[in-house]
Amino acid sequence: MDLSSFLDLIDSTIRLSTPLLFAALAGLYSERSGIFDISLEGKMLIAAFASASAAAVWGSVMLGLCVGILAAVGFSLVHGVASITYRGNQIVSGVAINFIAAGLTIILGQSWFGQGGRTPSLFGGGRFTAVELPFAEAVRDVPVLGPIYSGVLSGQTPLVYVAFLMVPLTWWVLFRTRFGLRLRAVGENPAAVDTAGISVAFLRYRAVIICGVLTGFAGAYLSTAQAAGFTRDMTAGKGYIALAALIFANWKPVPVMFACLLFGFLDAVSIRIEGVDLPLVGEVSVQLVSALPYILTVVLLAGFVGKATPPRAGGVPYVKER
Amino acid sequence: MSRPYAKLPRWIDYGLIPLVNLVVAFLVAGLVVLAVGESPFEAAALMLRGAFGYTEGFGFTLYYATNFIFTGLAVAVAFHGGLFNIGGEGQAYVGGLGVTAVALSLGAILPWWLNLPLAIALSFAFGALWAFIPAYLQAKRGSHIVITTIMFNFIAASLMVYLLVGVLKPVGSMAPETRTFDAGGQLPKLKGLFEVFGFNLGGAPLNVSLFVALLAAVLVYVLIWRTKLGYEIRTLGFSPRAARYAGMSQTRLIVVTMMISGGLAGMMALNAVMGDQYRLAIDFPQGAGFVGIAVALMGRGHPAGIVPAAILFGMLYQGGAELAFDMPAISRDMIVIIQGLVILFAGALENMVRPGIGAAWQRLRLRTVEPAGENVGEAR
Repeated sequence: MDLSSFLDLIDSTIRLSTPLLFAALAGLYSERSGIFDISLEGKMLIAAFASASAAAVWGSVMLGLCVGILAAVGFSLVHGVASITYRGNQIVSGVAINFIAAGLTIILGQSWFGQGGRTPSLFGGGRFTAVELPFAEAVRDVPVLGPIYSGVLSGQTPLVYVAFLMVPLTWWVLFRTRFGLRLRAVGENPAAVDTAGISVAFLRYRAVIICGVLTGFAGAYLSTAQAAGFTRDMTAGKGYIALAALIFANWKPVPVMFACLLFGFLDAVSIRIEGVDLPLVGEVSVQLVSALPYILTVVLLAGFVGKATPPRAGGVPYVKER
Repeated sequence: MSRPYAKLPRWIDYGLIPLVNLVVAFLVAGLVVLAVGESPFEAAALMLRGAFGYTEGFGFTLYYATNFIFTGLAVAVAFHGGLFNIGGEGQAYVGGLGVTAVALSLGAILPWWLNLPLAIALSFAFGALWAFIPAYLQAKRGSHIVITTIMFNFIAASLMVYLLVGVLKPVGSMAPETRTFDAGGQLPKLKGLFEVFGFNLGGAPLNVSLFVALLAAVLVYVLIWRTKLGYEIRTLGFSPRAARYAGMSQTRLIVVTMMISGGLAGMMALNAVMGDQYRLAIDFPQGAGFVGIAVALMGRGHPAGIVPAAILFGMLYQGGAELAFDMPAISRDMIVIIQGLVILFAGALENMVRPGIGAAWQRLRLRTVEPAGENVGEAR
């Protein structure tokens, strides 16, 4: 493997891990506040659909992004109402949202655009385009560092930079602000937070809304940056893989980034080994390649997460007089 | 607000509240129908006519219901053990391999009534096997069973495509499916039986696996409420710590519960593969594994509730197929929305209507009791 194909691999690793990173950070906020969220998948899907639809109709990708975020926050609030106000089972609520999103995107898409659940192809201002970082052309000929800078770091869509900037921001919010301290506390011991006179419900609602905003970014990235339009079930389990990355990273922001990069890397590799004659194994079948991300997710969850410690109050509705 | 919910009579808990939840779910679904520019009332009427309006449609309704009884029971058994099995779809898919193994190898040799028990055993075994790995990982490694079972759905889909395209496809055929089973691999339809009572089922694929499903429902009741294992499963579901304190092996219980659950999901293949299509085809479960979640929640985990809930969803599936002819804007995917809404309102939001109904019931009871002179009003 030469340098250029290696850089190509790294480049697609970054592209493929971006939606995972958004979704996993979204889950991080929610789960750190004690609200388990299996519905990352559904929220990404509805956001992908909403932003592609809005971008197709109005021709503006920023408007699309906003609509996508609104849609995801709307679904987040349903999850919040079910699991915070009505103290329902959070897994059940999440599963419900995933189904509603899967059905709704197809029914509405078919009714609005009549293309079998797809949205019209996006072009021009309807898509996020690559950003050239300064001096990318000038340093291209510098050995090693030049191609890395101009080929990998530069030339990504703006959302990629947003996603990776969210990592230090999330770390700072969670570990260096009063809000973050309270957010983590409410996921560990809500009774203590309540005793201090802080509203458990309001805190958790804020966390759930942040989760909605970030899944909105994830969905918009899928349909308006990575692809040029929405196709049915386009998330294809990415929400669950993001969740696996979150567990794998033990609910910490910087490890979450590395976990997402790992899953993105595996995805990028699995696309490339199709049809390649590997030593010992021989040619890998298409089906094995398509199943590989899911198999690896199970392997990673099984092999290394023995010591995973979820937020202590995660998944438990808060009742004052318990 | 945070006082414990009052204990309600059984008919409210198991009858009225699920009914109200269902009505709310359908009202919201009606809004979606309205949003795509069709009349919800007309849609409901078309759906009902499609499902119950003529005997063939009714036959289809019961055929789909048979699938959902199996998958609903599967989810319910896991629920009783505090486990959430979202992998019913994959387990049913792989269960199809068990059915196919019997039908292809013995279909020409043995009659159907000898093949049926074998197919039941093998479909159960294959479904259980597919649930075993997530169960074992949950019990031993703490991997979240919800995520692993979802991953196993994706893996099952790839595995089955691989097998159907490569190994199981007859030579010279293009379609990714097995050859049609011989007579011994085909379960008889219930057409004749219903004709005795004057019903004409037409081409409806309703077959003897309906009785297998009903038998499974009875057996699940016996298992959960009348056996030691069932008691242990429910203890695990209520309080894993209590189960451990009582000396029950958590690992064994999780694995056994999930394997029973996966086996029941696998048996769904009897109906679709051996009872209708007579061959193993791509994606034959068609979402039945997921419908099982809604069915189990609607039926509150009890077979007596799961069977009617399965018939309800059978009605939605059959009526929805008819509906799609008349209202092209409403495809089968509408069912997925309704399914999600039922899971939301009957499962996650079940506490939404309960306090209101509880308070109304309390008031109603006081009004009828007080004239008799018994003052129990302030007790609660």
